Parts: sequence; C-alpha cells; structure tokens
Amino acid sequence: MRSSPHSKTFAHGVHPPECKDDTSALPIRQFPFAPVQVVPLLQHLGKPAIAEVAEGQEVVRGQRIARPDGFMSVAMHAPVSGVVQRIGLAPAISGRMEPAIFVRPFPGSTQEPAQGRPVDARTATPEQIIAAVQEAGIVGLGGASFPTHVKLKLPDGKRGDTLLINGAECEPYLTADHRVMLEHAADVMAGIPFLLKATGTERAIVCIESNKQDAAAVMRAAIPPGQPVSVEVLPVKYPQGAEKMLITAILGREVPSGGLPIDVGTLCVNVATCAEIGQLLPRGAGIHERVLTVGGPGIRKKGNYRVPIGTPLRFLLESVGYEPDLTRVFLGGPMMGQAVSSLDIPVTKGTTGVIGFTARETGNVAEQREHPCIRCGYCLEACPIFLNPSMLGLLARNEQHQRMADDFHLMDCFECGSCTFVCPAHIPLVQHFRISKRAVRRAKAAGK
Amino acid sequence: MSSFDKTLEIRSSPHILSGNSVSHIMLHVVLALLPVAAFACYAFGLTALLSLCGATLACVGTEHLLCRLNHKPTTVGDWSAAITGLLYGLTLPPGLPLWMIAIGGVIAIVLGKAVFGGLGQNPFNPALVGRAVLQAAFPVSMTTWPVAMAEGRFSGLPNSLLTLPFMTPRYDGVTAATPLSAWKFDHQLASTSDLALGFTGGSLGETCALLILLGGLYLAVRRMLNWRIPVAVLATVAAFTAILHWSDPARYAGPQFHLFSGGLMLGAWFMATDMVGSPMTHLGCAIYGVVIGVLTVLIRVWGGMPEGVMYAILLGNALVPLIDNLLQPRVYGTARKKKGVAA
Repeated sequence: MRSSPHSKTFAHGVHPPECKDDTSALPIRQFPFAPVQVVPLLQHLGKPAIAEVAEGQEVVRGQRIARPDGFMSVAMHAPVSGVVQRIGLAPAISGRMEPAIFVRPFPGSTQEPAQGRPVDARTATPEQIIAAVQEAGIVGLGGASFPTHVKLKLPDGKRGDTLLINGAECEPYLTADHRVMLEHAADVMAGIPFLLKATGTERAIVCIESNKQDAAAVMRAAIPPGQPVSVEVLPVKYPQGAEKMLITAILGREVPSGGLPIDVGTLCVNVATCAEIGQLLPRGAGIHERVLTVGGPGIRKKGNYRVPIGTPLRFLLESVGYEPDLTRVFLGGPMMGQAVSSLDIPVTKGTTGVIGFTARETGNVAEQREHPCIRCGYCLEACPIFLNPSMLGLLARNEQHQRMADDFHLMDCFECGSCTFVCPAHIPLVQHFRISKRAVRRAKAAGK
Repeated sequence: MSSFDKTLEIRSSPHILSGNSVSHIMLHVVLALLPVAAFACYAFGLTALLSLCGATLACVGTEHLLCRLNHKPTTVGDWSAAITGLLYGLTLPPGLPLWMIAIGGVIAIVLGKAVFGGLGQNPFNPALVGRAVLQAAFPVSMTTWPVAMAEGRFSGLPNSLLTLPFMTPRYDGVTAATPLSAWKFDHQLASTSDLALGFTGGSLGETCALLILLGGLYLAVRRMLNWRIPVAVLATVAAFTAILHWSDPARYAGPQFHLFSGGLMLGAWFMATDMVGSPMTHLGCAIYGVVIGVLTVLIRVWGGMPEGVMYAILLGNALVPLIDNLLQPRVYGTARKKKGVAA
C-alpha cells in the first residue's frame, strides 16, 4: 500500500532500534485517577495560565480551572471531578518548582466530563476556531507543547497551502500516536477541517512511517468523501517526526534557518493534537487527559493509556508496576525524552510517553568510556540539518559558545541526539550543544 | 500508597546509543588486515612473522609506556596502536633489521601520534611517519628487497633481520628489484596476475593486491572506511596512467601495472582511509583521494623514486585541514554558497 514507488524521506538521520512491538498492538485503556491530581499552570511554551478556582472549591471534570494569560498561554481544565485541595508548588520536568492546582477526586462522582459551547467547523470563522482552540487548552501533543492556536494564527502576509498531520512517531518505544490513528481515525478526520479553515490551507496530508501500515490503511479508509486529505507513507527513519524533516520528506521544501514552517507555506500539527481538536471542539470541551505510552524494559504492565492530566508519575508507575532494577525514567522517547528527577512530577499535555529503563539498558551506556574524536564523520552523516557536530563538539569543549553560533549554526540544532547516538567515541555531543545554546541565549539576553 | 524508594539516574538524552565504539572500529581494521599479514608470512616466511610482531610490539609498547609516564590509563585497549604497528610492519621491506623496525615503531607512536596529543589529534598517518623516518635514515636497507617465495623461508632467518643494533645489515639471500623499480630503472614489466596475487617482491604487506582489496571491501561494507577515498585514489591513478600509456606506450606503463604494483592498494584502502587523517565530508574525501592519486603518479613517473604512495598520502594528510575548512557542510535552510571559516 505504498503511495509511491519512490521513498520520500529526508537526507541523513539514523535508525535506532524501533522497540515498538511490546505496545503497538495494545488498545488504549483508561487510566484511573490518582489520589491527588496535580495540574501545573505551565504545561506549554509561553506564559502560565491564571488559576480561577479557590482552595476548597468543587470542580467538575473538564471544567476550566485556569484561564490563559494573554495570547501565548492556554486554559487548563480539571482532570477529575473533585475538590481543589490547594494551589501550590509542584516539581516540574524542568527541575524547578512550578505553581499547580491540586485536585482531590470525589470517589462517588460519575466523572461525566463538562461540556461547553460547541464549535462547528462549517459555520465558525477562523478567529472563532483559533479562540476555541486556545480555550480548549490545546498544545502540541507531540512533545513540544507549543500552543496550537498560536501556530494557527498565521503572521500577517503569510499564507499556507499544505497542512501536514504528523503521525510519523519516529521515537523508539512510543506507540500512542499509532493507537490514536487506529482507534480515533474519525476524530483525526473531524479535526482536519477546523485546522484547514483556521489557516486557510487547501489540503492536508497525513504522514505516517511505514512501520504503521495498518494505521495508514485505517486513515485512508476514514477520509470523508470530497475532503482534500491524503495519506503518505514514509520509510522509517529518525528524526522524521521533526517538523523540518517532515516538511522536507513530504514536500521537498526547506524551512529557512531561523524561520518557521509557514515561511514555506506549510503547517505541521501532531496527529494526536488533531484528534483532540476533532473530539473536543464539537463538544465545547477542554483537554483534561491524553493518550501516552507507558513502556520500556523497566515497566511491567506496558501499554497505551488515556491518562488524566496531572497524574503523578509515582502513582502511574505503582499502578503499572516496575522491575526492581528500574534505574531511569524519562518522559518521551529515548532519543529526546527528559529523564525525571522526581516522581512527584505529573503527566502534562506534552507527555508522549513514560519509559522506564533498567540497569541493563543504562549500564551499557554508562560503561562506555569517552574517547577523543577520531574524525570518523559519522555525526556529519547523521545530522539531519547538516551541521558539523564534530567541530561543534571541539568548540564546546573549549567553551567557544559564541563562535559555535556565529560560524557553525549552533542555534539551528534542534537537539534530536542523532550525533550522540552514532558517535563511536561516546562524546556527549548534543549534551554539550544544549549547554552551549543556553550560554549563547544568556549572553544575548545580557547584552540587550 | 507504598513509598517508592528508588534512586533514579538523571541523564540528558539520548538514552540509547548505537553500540558502535572506537575500539570496535579499530578491532575490525585489525581483522581486515589479518589475511594480508597471513599472506606476508606465507610469502616471506619467518622473517615476515618476526617483523610484523616486532613492529606491532614496538608501537603498542611505546603507547603503553607513554600512558604510564603521563600517569594516564593505558590506551592500548582502543586497538589504534595495534593498527599503527601492523600497518607500519606491512610497509617494511622483508629482512629489515629488527633494531631498525623497533626504532621506526617508537618514532611512529612518539612523533606520529603522541606529540600531537594522541589518538584523534595526529595530522599524519603514524605508520607512514615511522616509515618515512626509516626511509630517510636507512635508505639502503629500506630499498633492499629479498625475493618472495624464497626456498627455506620457513626454516631459517636471514642474517640481516638479526643484525645487532646500529650495525649495517648484510644480506645473504637473493634480492631483486621490486616491479616498480624494475620498470623505472630497467624497463621490465611484471605480469598483472603476479602483481595481483602477490608473487612479486616488495614490502611485506603490499604484494597481494587481492587480499588487500578483500579486507578493504569488508570495511567499506561495514562503513568503517569511506569508500570514496580508495575509489578516488585508484580511479585517479588509473585514469592518469591510462592517458600517459595511451600517449606513449613504450615509455609509460599501463594502468593495470600501476594499480596492482607497489603500495598503492595497501595505501589506498588502509592508509589513506585512516579516519583521523582524512577529511570528514564525502566531497572532501573524494578530493583528498584525487590529490593522493595524482601525487602518486607524479612521483612514480617523474620523481626520483620508484614508489610515491607514502609521500602522496602524507602530503594528502597535510591538506586535510584546508579541505575540511573549505568544505563545511551546507546547513539545512541556508543558502547554497557558504564560505570557509577562518581556522
């Protein structure tokens, strides 16, 4: 069922082991509520939402409990019917303490989600759709957590012709988007008209990697007659799910350095985000749970779960069970996922997966001794944006951060980790680059 | 709720690695060289075995000693000193006194590698640095070639091999010119099949072109050498010598002679492809290969020496920083033209 004899893809990239077989066939299951759900006010890039409930107040599942603070912010909704226990600080994946609303569920509640004013894709104006997306609290569910309505509001003078629905899911272990496409194809198709209308784009392409042929078939079958939607199957390669790589793979366009996809007339929206829009907007509801993969060798009851936002990882791991030698837990896939420092961190809208590694997997990595760079050039062949990671690594070691940015395009690096993955000398290249990027940003901010 | 009393590691992603490593790559280069070394032992007998072991021991021992002197963990385990030693040994003429072999091996590691900061820092191929010094210091011994397949090569050792340190070796066996010098000075052409199979005189490891090709192809398939380098070197030599041969067949030997004679195969597949001393981009590798090919033919045809692969590769190594600087990859989303950056 390949769409074309030529395999569309991007240049360079890597092939990590896929490790998806454990969970790809497992249907999405509803996850129970934790004794206390912790809803951070900042789950997205931008400004934190402003809490609009008080301690002791009763809330209904799906009810708005925090309003957006300006345009670069989204609303938050109660993940469970219950009572607001307190509003205070909770650990976040960033390592900082962030304000959050703690909600204790009512045991006897029916947990029927609240509904608001429905929005119809046919009758609503683009502005109304964009406002509704912000009101529904929707952010990029692929992991970036960028507020979706900000993306949909095109800059003045820009026009888009193609909307890419990103179902590549190129990270190993993750199968949540795969299951969403299989089980919620109708929601995805319901979401696309909202996105097309809000941005004035003409067509949508659902992009799926070839290890999910079943999802591609289901999506093709779900396309309503007359809709300008098509499905493209891409060969498996990491990091194909990165916006820039996907645009190049499908359309052959290159997003300019420092630019946005819309600069080449394109918008990318994650398939799960699209499904949530298709499900929530017609009911006027807000996002209060998301589908994610709980897996990895350190996890017992692996699976794809619909987890209420704000479920603490401690509760999640204890519910699914973990191996005694669990040594590392990270949110997202193993290539870009962030290791958690505290199990009191809650699941947020941007959590695509919770993966647990045991000493077996992490030991292999830790034992590798770092060698000097032997100039093998593997990293140059891996980098999807054609940087020179070897040279950047040398400069990083000498703390030449500004030179890395000025002469070697450091700031174009989106930290996919392919260079570190292939490096036979085990030099932590992307880790160096993260530090250097931060140093450059700090120097720039200080210079203003 | 039961308490979760685990200590979790915090590491920055990626959490998985490809499993490749420097020692893994280096070990495979050694493996690819073993058939070549085995053939050397077959063609030159015990001399070859002792020479190769001596060269490898000298390099590995020096590397280990230097690490000890610097109070650093030994880097012998990365196999790179072993490659240097084995390659260096394979470029030596059979019957070279062991004391010369030892000096060259120490120099290869000290001057070729350690003074620059060790693995990854050496601009020149250490094995060739060692050989070049020997060539300058002992020009007669380095150009005296005992014949291959000599009688009694498995039962005795030539006198020259066991010469006392700092004594001039005496060659008791039959010596003969290598195919390249036979052509250069006497205009005698060796047959291509003899050259390819290794039944000619020459350095220990350069005689059997087919086994070198086999080892090189194995590494190329496993992506442990960049195939563009040997292909560019060999194609350039073939094209250049074909033009010369076509212009005057009596004066210039044909491409098949040049491809399979001397150290070209060993140099193109195992010396020029040393990752540390070769460019990082594919285009850079191709240019580097062409440069080495042109220099080889220039030295062989118009130079004073019959063989020029060693100097061609060393000169190619010297150009690598320039090539790398001029050929920075074009970054995604930037304009096609991109100037080199001042180093």
